[in-house]
Amino acid sequence: MDLSLNAEDRAFREEVRAFFREHLPVDIAEKTRRSFHLHPEDMLRWQRILHEKGWAAPAWPKRYGGPGWTALQRYIFDEELCMADVPLPLLAGQGVNMVGPVIYTFGSEEQKAHYLPRILSGEDYWCQGFSEPGSGSDLASLKTRAVADGDDYIINGQKIWTSLAHNSNMIYCLVRTDPAVKPQRGISMLVFPMDTPGITVRPIISIDRGHSLNETFFENVRVPRSSLIGEEGKGWTYAKFLLGHERFTIAEIARSKRRLQRLHQMARETAVGDATLADDPIFRDKTTAIEIDLLALERMGLRVAWEMDQGIDNMLSASILKLRGSQIIQAVTELSVEAMGYAGLAYESLESGCTHSPSAPDIAQGKMEEFLFLRAATIYGGSTETQQNILAKMIYAGA
Amino acid sequence: MDFRLSDEQAMLRESLSGWLARNYGFEQWRRLTARRPPYSLENWDSFAAMGWLRLAMPEDTGGMGLGAIEEAGVGEAFGSHLVVEPYLSSIVLSAGLIALAGTAAQQSAMLPAIGGGRLRIAFAHAEAESRFELSRIGTRAARTEAGYVLSGRKILVLDAPGADRIMVLARTAGDIAAEAGLGLFILDPKSQGVSLRSYTTVDDRQAADLVLDGAVAEEVLGDPEAAYPAVAAATDRALVYLCAEGVGAMSALCEQTLAYVRIRQQFGQPIGDFQVIQHRVVDMRVQLECARALTLYAASVADGEPLERARAASAAKVQVGRSARFVGRAAVQLHGGIGMTDELAVGHYFKRLLMVETLLGDIDFHQRRFASLPSELA
Repeated sequence: MDLSLNAEDRAFREEVRAFFREHLPVDIAEKTRRSFHLHPEDMLRWQRILHEKGWAAPAWPKRYGGPGWTALQRYIFDEELCMADVPLPLLAGQGVNMVGPVIYTFGSEEQKAHYLPRILSGEDYWCQGFSEPGSGSDLASLKTRAVADGDDYIINGQKIWTSLAHNSNMIYCLVRTDPAVKPQRGISMLVFPMDTPGITVRPIISIDRGHSLNETFFENVRVPRSSLIGEEGKGWTYAKFLLGHERFTIAEIARSKRRLQRLHQMARETAVGDATLADDPIFRDKTTAIEIDLLALERMGLRVAWEMDQGIDNMLSASILKLRGSQIIQAVTELSVEAMGYAGLAYESLESGCTHSPSAPDIAQGKMEEFLFLRAATIYGGSTETQQNILAKMIYAGA
Repeated sequence: MDFRLSDEQAMLRESLSGWLARNYGFEQWRRLTARRPPYSLENWDSFAAMGWLRLAMPEDTGGMGLGAIEEAGVGEAFGSHLVVEPYLSSIVLSAGLIALAGTAAQQSAMLPAIGGGRLRIAFAHAEAESRFELSRIGTRAARTEAGYVLSGRKILVLDAPGADRIMVLARTAGDIAAEAGLGLFILDPKSQGVSLRSYTTVDDRQAADLVLDGAVAEEVLGDPEAAYPAVAAATDRALVYLCAEGVGAMSALCEQTLAYVRIRQQFGQPIGDFQVIQHRVVDMRVQLECARALTLYAASVADGEPLERARAASAAKVQVGRSARFVGRAAVQLHGGIGMTDELAVGHYFKRLLMVETLLGDIDFHQRRFASLPSELA
């Protein structure tokens, strides 16, 4: 057993770091550092830079335009990305991390040839149509119907929590194609443009006063049958594949490390009488406890990454990663807000859609917003309670 | 020992809950917080007409001479409806300080106006570097021929936008952290040398950062070098009020969450039938009851001997802070996605609880204060 990075891994880290240093536009890094919301144009600009380098989709195999990295390399890439204040791939993320792998694993040759390059180049931005008002944790009960009609499907129904639907031009959607069979077996996955007639997007303002969530309504939306991914009735399998993929990224291990690092910096800049918050032993105990939790999560993450490279599918650890990852995300953001003290309570909404706390230092800007929005970290992508159910099933079955 | 409410307390509770049920639904709250300042003067007049603004004022100034228990009754009722009117700042703190530190003449000049709803005063105490330490005050008040002249910076002056006057805690003498040498000064926010940077707070109320640059005070409350004991006493009273507000908000969240898990269907049954959800609902209630118990205790000793008063207020603030975290977070979690929306009241209670947790000192601060006071068990 050798748990250290080898020379090749370290060289890879240097290469990634140098690339970000050289090519990440200063204005984008600065906006990310100050938690400003990126304009879709900025996200696209960065996506193009990554694409030119061939790094737009770190997890994709070479033949589909990915760099063909090992899982460990991807982890190193992600860590460097977070430390350099590279923006989260908000818009590109759904295509790159979610639907892309589904398309290259289950899609037809035509679908691969059409969609994959457009995801890489940033031409298509995707949103996810999974949850419905009555189907959250119980996703399999979804009701949005797609009825075959000649060469088309006609879709009627409603999705909710469609992140960035208002900025996306494509959607991948779970629909019920067969209401007669067992719920999981009557679900199919369709992909289609957001400007298809009959689609209405209504904003949902979240607890942070921001707009990233939406309700999406489908009224007699007609899409060609070529919109179907894989086979009819297999949508549940594809969704599980996708959510399994998601569980690793959603744990945000590297992002939590960056947040913790920034929290230390914030504490050093926060005066408490003649000293700073960083000098306070009680505060230090709290950051230390989180750091140890995070270290455990990171080592678990590295193991899962290594296992993926070996072709070992460790669903138990994937669920634990999501469960612990979301708890740690919340622990760091909670402590960040606590560190701000009174300054955190000032919370203005700017016209740009960003928020601002006038009496807080630059380093603390956006922390309250992050804290508020990330209450959802234990809800989205399979809530903590859902993960616990999944884990219970696996553990009781002998995992 | 008798835990029953007196007839007067029971009547107050009924008049509060009746009026709020009729006039202060979530839709009304939404309309109020869209205004600037984010509250209603008509409501404030109604509070005055019902006597709620002068509950704790001395009887010889037209007050009702009641105490912290009654004030906590107001806090709990207001917390359960997310009341945004400036009761904490103007009544509990500012009027409370005038009653404690003001001369008889100042009391009879200002308290009837405040109690009648005609004068609202915000209290400026916090400074960026003092964190939650009450006596750590860098703002200076210098005696000149024109009166006391103030210079310095204050942060998070709750309800300053819309206030008629601002009461400033400033230093006339002594080291930056000394309890001696502090005075209370009343300013007109429109006067020269006063600038306000107003902003929205996380719970949709308003506050301001205040820069004083040679501002001349209109009034000095009592002794300009010995205000600290009054400030400490008024703050402990305000802690009780704040804790009660938290109890009210938590009890609303417990109710709303219970109602939601009973109707929300997943996997063919109400989610509230799952044992894991039931246990969480129970834990929320346990946290609420612990917070209620200590708040009531703190209220009952708030007008008494300073040491017990301080211990109880800090213990209550620690408990309420912990409970608020648990209940607020669990309420959002059990509502799932819908709990994350601006549309539902749950998120707004969550954010009010964040204010309650932090205002006048967070969990760590009060735990340390409690630990610094003598204990029978130590």
